[in-house]
Amino acid sequence: MAMVQTAFDPSARRREIGRLFARKRLISFGVPAFILAYLIYVFLSFDIHGLAARARMDNAKILLADAYSHKVHVTRHERIGQVTVAIEGENKGTYPAEAWPSWVRTEGDSTVVDLDNAATARFDPDAVRFDIPDFGLLEIVHSDDGIIVRSPVEPLPEWINASPTRVSVTRPEGRLSVTRNRAEVFRYFAGWELFFFTLDSPFHAKSWSELASLAVSAERIRPGQSNLWAMLSDFWNNAMWRHGDVAWAIFETILMAFLGTMGAALAAFPLGFAAAHNFTPSRVIRFGTRRLFDFLRGVDGLIWTIVLSRAFGPGPLTGSLAILLTDTGTFGKLFSEAIENVDRKQIDGLRSTGAGGLQRVRFGVIPQVAPVIVSQVLYYLESNTRSATVIGAVVGGGIGLLLTQAIQTQKDWEEVTYYIVLTLLMVSMMDILSGWLRGKLIGRSASNAVH
Amino acid sequence: MTGPATSALGSLKADYLALVRRRRMYSGLITVLFVSVLAAGFSVADARNAGGFWQGLPKIFDFPAELISEAIDKSADLPANLLLYLPALIETVNIAAVSTLVGALLAIVLSLLSTRGLARWPRLIPFFRRAMDVARAVPEIVIALVLIFVMGGGPVPALIAITFHSAGALGKLFSEVNENADLKPVEGLASVGASWLQRMWLGVIPQVAPNYISYALLRFEINVRASAILGFVGAGGIGAELRVAISWGTGRYDAAAAIFILLFLTIVAIDQLSSYYRNRLVGAH
Repeated sequence: MAMVQTAFDPSARRREIGRLFARKRLISFGVPAFILAYLIYVFLSFDIHGLAARARMDNAKILLADAYSHKVHVTRHERIGQVTVAIEGENKGTYPAEAWPSWVRTEGDSTVVDLDNAATARFDPDAVRFDIPDFGLLEIVHSDDGIIVRSPVEPLPEWINASPTRVSVTRPEGRLSVTRNRAEVFRYFAGWELFFFTLDSPFHAKSWSELASLAVSAERIRPGQSNLWAMLSDFWNNAMWRHGDVAWAIFETILMAFLGTMGAALAAFPLGFAAAHNFTPSRVIRFGTRRLFDFLRGVDGLIWTIVLSRAFGPGPLTGSLAILLTDTGTFGKLFSEAIENVDRKQIDGLRSTGAGGLQRVRFGVIPQVAPVIVSQVLYYLESNTRSATVIGAVVGGGIGLLLTQAIQTQKDWEEVTYYIVLTLLMVSMMDILSGWLRGKLIGRSASNAVH
Repeated sequence: MTGPATSALGSLKADYLALVRRRRMYSGLITVLFVSVLAAGFSVADARNAGGFWQGLPKIFDFPAELISEAIDKSADLPANLLLYLPALIETVNIAAVSTLVGALLAIVLSLLSTRGLARWPRLIPFFRRAMDVARAVPEIVIALVLIFVMGGGPVPALIAITFHSAGALGKLFSEVNENADLKPVEGLASVGASWLQRMWLGVIPQVAPNYISYALLRFEINVRASAILGFVGAGGIGAELRVAISWGTGRYDAAAAIFILLFLTIVAIDQLSSYYRNRLVGAH
């Protein structure tokens, strides 16, 4: 103590403090300045400024509107002069000619479509007429020069898009589109139509209470099949929403995550011993195993997926193996660190009772590393469910594939919404399940300590 | 006296052995169940795959061999190819870096707002917790695909998607770190009238910063991988180039080899650097 006091030199200490403050000042101004400069560079290089021009807000609008509503197409096919009424314009959603909804009716040779706000659209033999109450009558006529629009207001308002080959009218009441081959009216309704039963099912358009009483009634709608069973099968095989296929896709995604994670854990456990210095004296084996882990992790799931899908083709097995290979590297590293950190005393105690190598591992090492391993495996199981969604999009399997396909066709946004909701439910469920299992298997406090 | 004592000991021993046997039977049953579920799972996955496992296994090295032989044939082009795809690689790393940075900043705010004892509005703790859970649960690909449809391709959809997910994932880890922070400096600052921001900035952040940075480095590594794979699905960067390079027919395997090399080296470098700095940061504690 005395030595320190005699060596105390105020000017040297002042210099030291001055240096410290200068360094602190540099860090507290330099780091934010560097971050800001980096963000500006990225802002420019990603052309975020030009994004507003590129973004298609009409796409966003369609997406949002379709997410909670559906449209019904009333179409006149000009070649054959036939009118069809179909949900989303799909074959599977076409109303039979004798069972049109009440807002579409036939008057002589004309078809009249009632829209919201007392607007009507008529397919007359000579023209397509769109009567909008506070605007007037819009007539669209086929002529030798193409399609002509007769409007009470000239020039045409911006919600009419007219060319000689195609006229489209977009109003809150509904949409109208006329080409040489077809005239089409779209009317929007809230909700996901035909979610439970398609039009050809006897259970379509029945209320919940009617369905419940049908389910328990002995009178069979479809001979040879109980009503409840018929209902379930109509729902499961719903041709528009394909609930059965979607359920399989979700199952495939979870399967990929499960097989990949568990397979990787099984493969990594013995390898972890080979990479731990307290169990493998050979430097060469240790080095080799560790580089193997680095290689497996470094190649990354994306490259493994591509390489494996060339050999095994698209599907859940390829996805599982890609996750398995990547995570063997990750788990190997984590497990070997856990094994290196075990307490020697328990192993020495077992050795003193004459336990063999396997017994020492079983009773000396596994109880010590099990909490870490279980916690990590469960954590990765949840995280891999998300990875399996992406890998499914790359490799062609599971809900990821359905999602990419539905988005690429850019048609059925309500299906996209359905898939997104299911994906979120799936991930949340796996999250809850893995947290619950972690709590059950190693206790709540221990599971927090590991992370 | 000895008679009853021995018999009591004997029954105790029998009970104990019965217990051990039952335990062994249960763990044996669980093991059998686990292995059969795993085996059944693999056979289902195999059946639903386009090509089977045993037919595919001999072909597993065909594609890498083809790739390597074409790369060797055109090895003179390799440096040029590496240089050609460097900008795409930088874009991928930039996506990951910015989303880690912005995600971590959001996560700091969210985690402070959702930690008991630190929160600005204690009543809103459950709300911020749920917000983090939701952000964490959304797979990046969902946001990326929807944003690609609205904004067109390019790095921004991937950037937003990864940032969103990172904010949730890091927020949860950060709030666990916050829970272990010492509250005394915060109370001291409160007693001299420091505002909430000052209490957090001067009282909490200096304690937790090393752990924050350590988790953020780990996230950066994860995000580089995520940004590469999202590129393959439609966002920009090296994943998009890889998709073109390996497509059937028009594929250029020498280019694909160059991309594989770049990606591999980047991931290994980031992996090693992040684990080195993480050990230093957390080891210093």
